[in-house]
This record gives sequence, structure tokens and C-alpha cells, in this order.
Amino acid sequence: MSQRKKAVSASQNKTQRRSQVSLDEDDEDAHFSQITSSQVQRARENYTSDQIDRKVAEVVQFILIKDQKKIPIRRADIGKHVIKEYKAIYTEIMNRVFRKFDQVFGLKLVEIDSKNHIYILINKLEPIHGEPVNMRPGNPKTGLLFVILSVIFMKGGVVKENTVWNTLKKLRVDPGEKHDEFGDVKKVVTDEFVRQKYLEYVKIPHTDPVECEFRWGLRAEKEVSKLKLLDFVGELFDQDPQSWTQQFRDASAAETSSQRS
Amino acid sequence: MSRTMGDSHKRFLQTIMSNGIIGASQAVALHKHCCETHGERLDDFINVINTQLQPFFMHIRKGMSEEDGLEYYALVNVTETDITRMASDYADNELELFRKTMDLIVDSESGTASSTDILNCADSLRTKKLKKKETELVLNKFVQDKWLKEKDGEYTLSVRCIVEMEPYMRTIYQDLIKVCHVCHNIALQCQMCETPACGIKMHLPCVARYFRARSDPRCPACNDFWPHEIPEMRHSQSQSSQNLPSSSKENTAPTPSRRSRRT
Repeated sequence: MSQRKKAVSASQNKTQRRSQVSLDEDDEDAHFSQITSSQVQRARENYTSDQIDRKVAEVVQFILIKDQKKIPIRRADIGKHVIKEYKAIYTEIMNRVFRKFDQVFGLKLVEIDSKNHIYILINKLEPIHGEPVNMRPGNPKTGLLFVILSVIFMKGGVVKENTVWNTLKKLRVDPGEKHDEFGDVKKVVTDEFVRQKYLEYVKIPHTDPVECEFRWGLRAEKEVSKLKLLDFVGELFDQDPQSWTQQFRDASAAETSSQRS
Repeated sequence: MSRTMGDSHKRFLQTIMSNGIIGASQAVALHKHCCETHGERLDDFINVINTQLQPFFMHIRKGMSEEDGLEYYALVNVTETDITRMASDYADNELELFRKTMDLIVDSESGTASSTDILNCADSLRTKKLKKKETELVLNKFVQDKWLKEKDGEYTLSVRCIVEMEPYMRTIYQDLIKVCHVCHNIALQCQMCETPACGIKMHLPCVARYFRARSDPRCPACNDFWPHEIPEMRHSQSQSSQNLPSSSKENTAPTPSRRSRRT
């Protein structure tokens, strides 16, 4: 049972069941760049403001459902499953979608991959102090992920997989054994977190037996503040975050560049 | 005329999105915490959010729990039919099992379904059968996702489930579903008048409120003696007595039959 399939099809009108046809992405995506301005003009005249509003709402719903599973959303999928015949005014629809996410939900739709046009939703609102703690349903996997991201960051941005496994073992999380909370730990870390774009897990070339290394994924780069992470590590070791000069420099640089974007 | 949402509205919405449902007292606390302006009533605050949510067929709806009589706010899909919201999280046969469980619960006098009966259903699913262990896992998922509640092997529909699916259930079950005489909402766990010609139903919290401080409880419809034990009213229940059945009004407001989303 594929939940991803469900997530996509559930966003559509209940009377239409869409099948997950595997599609040549480049083909679908190429349409966007071939649209002429006169086509856009004609399209805008063809559709009423109500119809366009409804399309905007459908795109928003589609993205919310996909984001529920933390699956990055491909522009090609939005075009194929939601926008469809309204493709000529894709840009206008998406502009309104960006605004809606900001105005209604306080979320930001961010492109993490400009080549393949992939989006994720991140929170635009800064958490305010004194928030009733029981309001945020905690997820133990977040803790697990955070430990791994910290290790990778503190070690300069890339680590051999054994470093991660050894760190986890010290915390009594053994990838070789079934864990009470996380189940198949290796699968969660190398499959789930990677699919969600929190981590990258790549083979190191010319290694035999094959070894892999971990890096931060595109979603982590956008969602996680390195400065805050460094603060966290500082608390853990009871040290001033600035005492790690290189990491502090990296974190500050990341913060300024993300504020600019 | 619709007010735009401020950061406080967005925070409130984000919290209710990640929780699915929150208690009224939590909502009040969250409202105070999020709010920049003071003195704004919670219901007005929520109305601003609901106006903006309308194009997305989402709505923050208030409902009462059959068990504790307390009020809750749930973020629901506003659609005419089907368990669309759950559809994105569950497989076809899991949804079928849920529908069958709902059937059992609605049919029953107690508003419950035993795990044994549900396991029997799992064995005869049209889509794809579920084994015992798989069924238990699915039922756990339903409980964790707050669609069902479980106690001593008996399953009931959660307040979140009822608040969200009441319109759907009324359409599907029509006259077969019990309705509370006092608040007019769906009544699954309820007391019933034993007089054969009468048979009206009342939620336990509604019984508690209705018969509060009456030494001689009589059925509001047929005036016969009310034969059941009158439960005690909870303190917080009495405070919210003015805000009661808002959900019953929404049952008659069908919106275009489109799906919507989220947790």
C-alpha cells in the first residue's frame, strides 16, 4: 500500500480517481518554458476570476496533502494533476499560491531544487516564547534527525556513515537491531529521512566494500537554522557556541544568506 | 469585509493543523498566547480564520464530546460525502475496515464495537483481507490519529471523528442514526427512554445538564419516569452551556462537493 499514491490521488475531486502514471518529467515540465505571452493573455481572458481562484485553492490543497508526508512537491506534478488545462497561466496561479500560503497559513513555499523545480513548505513564523508545550505534538524521529544533523554539521558538513552509526549506538540506538520507538533505524535514516530531503546518503566512489557518506539534505538546509543548532550543541556540552570558530562562521554565513533569500 | 489574518491567527491555525483537534480550554489558552490584541472573543477570532479557510474547504468546527461533555475545536474538511480526509493516510482496505467499524458502532445500542466483532469484519473485507495482527495495527493507527477511542477492548468514535464526519454520517445512515433530543447532534453513546412509544435518546452529558437539580427526572418527550442513572455534571461543562450546539447548524450548510485536506 503506497501512501504516496494515496496522498496524490486524495487531493483530487472525489469522483475522479487518478492513476499514478509514470511520466517523463522533462516532457511535462518543458511545456512551461514553451508558453508564449500571447497564449498567456488569451488564457487569462478565457478563465473567470472564480475559476482561477478555485485552481489556486486546489493547488494549495494538493501541496498541503503532499507536505503532510514531507514529500517534496514537483512542479511537474502540480501541472499534471492540478493545473492541467490552465497551464498557460501557471505563473499567475503559482504567484497567488505563494501569497495564500503566506497570508493564510504563515507558511513559505520554497524551491529547494531550481533545476528540477521541487518545492517544500516551511514555517515562516518564528516560535514565540512561552508557547504551551503540549500544543506541539512531538515526534521522536525529530530528535533522532537532529542528533544526526548536529554530528554532520559539527564535523564540517559530511561524515562517513559509520560515524553516524557509532554516535547512535552510544545513544542506545543500534541500526542493526529493531528499536522500540523507531523500528528499522537504518531504514528510517537512509530511506525515510533521505526521501524527505533531510539527509543525503551517497556512495563514496572507489570504495570496496561500498561505503556511504551523509550530508545535510536540501530540506534541512532550508528548514534548520545552523545557528540554533550550534546553540543546542553548546548547551549540550556546556560550551560557548562561538568556541567552535569554524562552525560558528559557517552557521553565521548560512544565516545571512537565508535571510537574503 | 473579511479581515485579514494576523500572525496570531496563523499561529493558532498552524497549531490546530498539527494537532487536528484541541480542547476548548486549550484553545482559550492558545488564543491568549497567540493574540496581539486583547479583548477579542475566541469565537470572533476563529471566524476570521474560517473566512480565509473557506476557499480551501477547511473549517474550524466546535463540537462536544459524548464522553466528557467538554467542548473541542477540530479542523475539518467541509465536503458532502466520503471519508476524504482520511483517504490520504490509509489504504483502501483500511478505509473499508473503518467504514465497517463505524457501521457496527452506529448499529449498536451502546455506541461501541468490540475488537472481536471488528476482527470478524477484517476477515470478510471486499478490498483485501486483513490478518489479526494487521487489524490490530490498523486499529492502533486509528486511535493514534484520533479517529477512534479504545477502552477495555471496546472501540468508540472519537469526538474528532464525530465532529468531522457528522454530515457524512447523517447522509449515509439517515434515520438509522440516533440523535440527541436535547442538543440535536448525533448520539452514539447515549441513554434511551424505555417507554416503547417514545424511545428518545440523550447524550450522557446532556442528561446530566437537563436533569441537573431535579429530584424527579422525567422524559422530556413522554413524561414517563426516566429510568437511568443521572450522571454528575462536570464543572467545566456548566460553563460552556451557552456555547453548545454550533455544529448542528453547520450540518445544513453543504458546500461544493470538493475534497480538502490536512492535518
